[in-house]
Amino acid sequence: MKKLVSSLLSLAFVAGLGGAAAIAQENHAAAPAAEHAESETPHYPLKHPKEVAWSFAGPFGHYDKAQLQRGLKVYTEVCSACHSMRLVPFRMLEELGYSEAQVKTFAANYKVQDGPNDAGEMFERVAVPSDYFPSPYPNAQAAAAANNGAAPPDMSLLAKARGVTRGFPQFVFDMFTQYQEGGPDYIYSLLTGYENPPAGFQVPPGGHYNPHFASAATLAMPQPINNDQVTYDDGSPQTLDQYSKDVSAFLMWAAEPHLEERKRTGFMVMVFLLIFVGLIYLTKKSVYASKEH
Amino acid sequence: MSGHSTYQPSTGIEKWIDSRLPLPRMIHDSFVSYPVPRNLNYAYTFGAMLSVMLIVQIVTGIVLAMHYAASTGLAFDSVEKIMRDVNHGWLLRYLHSNGASFFFIAVYAHIARGLYYGSYKAPREILWILGVVIYLLMMATGFMGYVLPWGQMSFWGATVITGFFSAFPVVGDWIQQFLLGGFAVDQPTLNRFFSLHYLLPFMIVGVVILHVWALHVTGQTNPTGVEVKTKTDTVAFTPYATLKDALGVAVFLLFYAWFVFYMPNFLGHPDNYIPADALKTPAHIVPEWYYLPFYAMLRAITFNVGPIDSKLGGVLVMFGSIIILFFLPWLDTSKVRSAVYRPWYKLFFWLFVADCILLGWLGSGQPTDLTTTLAQLGTLYYFGFFLVIMPLLGLFETPRRIPNSITEAVLEKKNKSDMEKLKPGHASA
Repeated sequence: MKKLVSSLLSLAFVAGLGGAAAIAQENHAAAPAAEHAESETPHYPLKHPKEVAWSFAGPFGHYDKAQLQRGLKVYTEVCSACHSMRLVPFRMLEELGYSEAQVKTFAANYKVQDGPNDAGEMFERVAVPSDYFPSPYPNAQAAAAANNGAAPPDMSLLAKARGVTRGFPQFVFDMFTQYQEGGPDYIYSLLTGYENPPAGFQVPPGGHYNPHFASAATLAMPQPINNDQVTYDDGSPQTLDQYSKDVSAFLMWAAEPHLEERKRTGFMVMVFLLIFVGLIYLTKKSVYASKEH
Repeated sequence: MSGHSTYQPSTGIEKWIDSRLPLPRMIHDSFVSYPVPRNLNYAYTFGAMLSVMLIVQIVTGIVLAMHYAASTGLAFDSVEKIMRDVNHGWLLRYLHSNGASFFFIAVYAHIARGLYYGSYKAPREILWILGVVIYLLMMATGFMGYVLPWGQMSFWGATVITGFFSAFPVVGDWIQQFLLGGFAVDQPTLNRFFSLHYLLPFMIVGVVILHVWALHVTGQTNPTGVEVKTKTDTVAFTPYATLKDALGVAVFLLFYAWFVFYMPNFLGHPDNYIPADALKTPAHIVPEWYYLPFYAMLRAITFNVGPIDSKLGGVLVMFGSIIILFFLPWLDTSKVRSAVYRPWYKLFFWLFVADCILLGWLGSGQPTDLTTTLAQLGTLYYFGFFLVIMPLLGLFETPRRIPNSITEAVLEKKNKSDMEKLKPGHASA
């Protein structure tokens, strides 16, 4: 017992040390920001992402198919004008609740390059479900040239490729709450985060002020979507907020299409392991019952 | 410990095999009848977890390699193909990428156990040194594995880490180019890293066999640090140690599964989902979490010492922090093995653990004046622990009374708890 107490005490001591250091660091980080606000580079993003209650969060998370369908509509009508999604094939859209025929019709809206044919020439044909979303620009250079020098990032993995560092001690809590939605939270916050720059702030030419942008105060992309820009046929509100949520959820699906299967499998694995641990524990206990150790 | 074999071949076929290749006898003597101290606690189950993780990594890795393409143009997309189109590919890849982290969690706990209970002391020096070799091989394997998905962090991590070697005078540039297969991270780098990432785990298996062999020659240490003296000090490996190991492993798998299935990207970096781009440096290049304490020590050296500039100094400190582990058996002068009977060593040990956590945390952030100073203090303590505290403490510390045998320690503990139960107020408990 004494040993247990002493080891607990030493652990608490260790934790205390870490905590003290963390506080020292926080204070230090806050101080210069206030003192030398003008001379020092501020810490980006200026505002932390807003946390949205996603349907796919948590151990029983699942995608809301109606939301993904709306998100797909936002992507195709707005985002896809500049952003590619080269890793997602049309056939995958069946997972959003569309029938095979619907996916075929959807794919037929696109033209893809194929070939070479027997004459050795490349040709354009109507897309089929096994094709991937065609990119709006032939290459990254063309994309950059058409967009003020900054190529719009591919969207296939965007929801996993973005995320603001949560810092200590938040990242410790995240291990228990299973927070994995930093990507969609960030995209949602960015889309809804455009605002007028504060007085005295010089917006560089071609820049657009957004305090949620991860690496600066302004970004090259202007506010991409506004209220009532996309028509929803399921009665959902046609607001910037709703569009942003829907497209962020859709991008999460595009980045992690097997999320539901993963969490479902995970639940079975956890149940199995818990029972397994219980059985081993009881076996171990009965084997050791006759032995002082 | 490698005493008389108790293996009795009972059937004809067993006798036939035993007289030709006594493999069943070896298995029986090593993992069934093999005597282990009766007082081993759960800190001694990390070795079993490490064996399980090594097998998990090799099996998932071999299957992943069937679908992976080690080409700068294809690597990133082939990993995504695994994630999206290969049957249960997402599971294989998340098991493998999180498996690396859990491999390191287990190895750090295993090393800490060794430090706490003095497992490196005579006659177990070679056992300890083999362990450090395994750890070094793991670090190399983990680093090269992180390069393979060819994301932004893969590419820039490889650039930064191979850049360390250029700090060495005269041969530095040559070593760096030799590692890279060119002047910058590119196709030859990816190809050789893939080849080595496939090779090194099997080298680890080889050294693990030597590690277990050495272990079975000297026998295990135990929380008292007193060597096994009589038969009553020990129990048979099976079922006693096997069941304890199994419980440890099962609980460990529970944590592992929590990350694999519910937060598989928590331990990774979002930037690695962006394809490698040689023209775009990420805002903040960080290595995997398990290298962070060493990264912090590297960055802590911001000053020149005589002819050694800060860059070379940092690299020497970083490599030195691991090399020093090889000399640990001879740096510790204490006659007492276990920290249980060493009150001061116990304190310094926990400070050392706190120091490593602090350094890890410092390594993860952008350096500021304060964090650099903290990292310098942390580095000082890291080396001070090995080079000053360990040699001196053995000379000045008064250890507590050590039990005469493991059996005595076990019985003392039992009597104590029985007495406590008899005290009024404990009756209901």
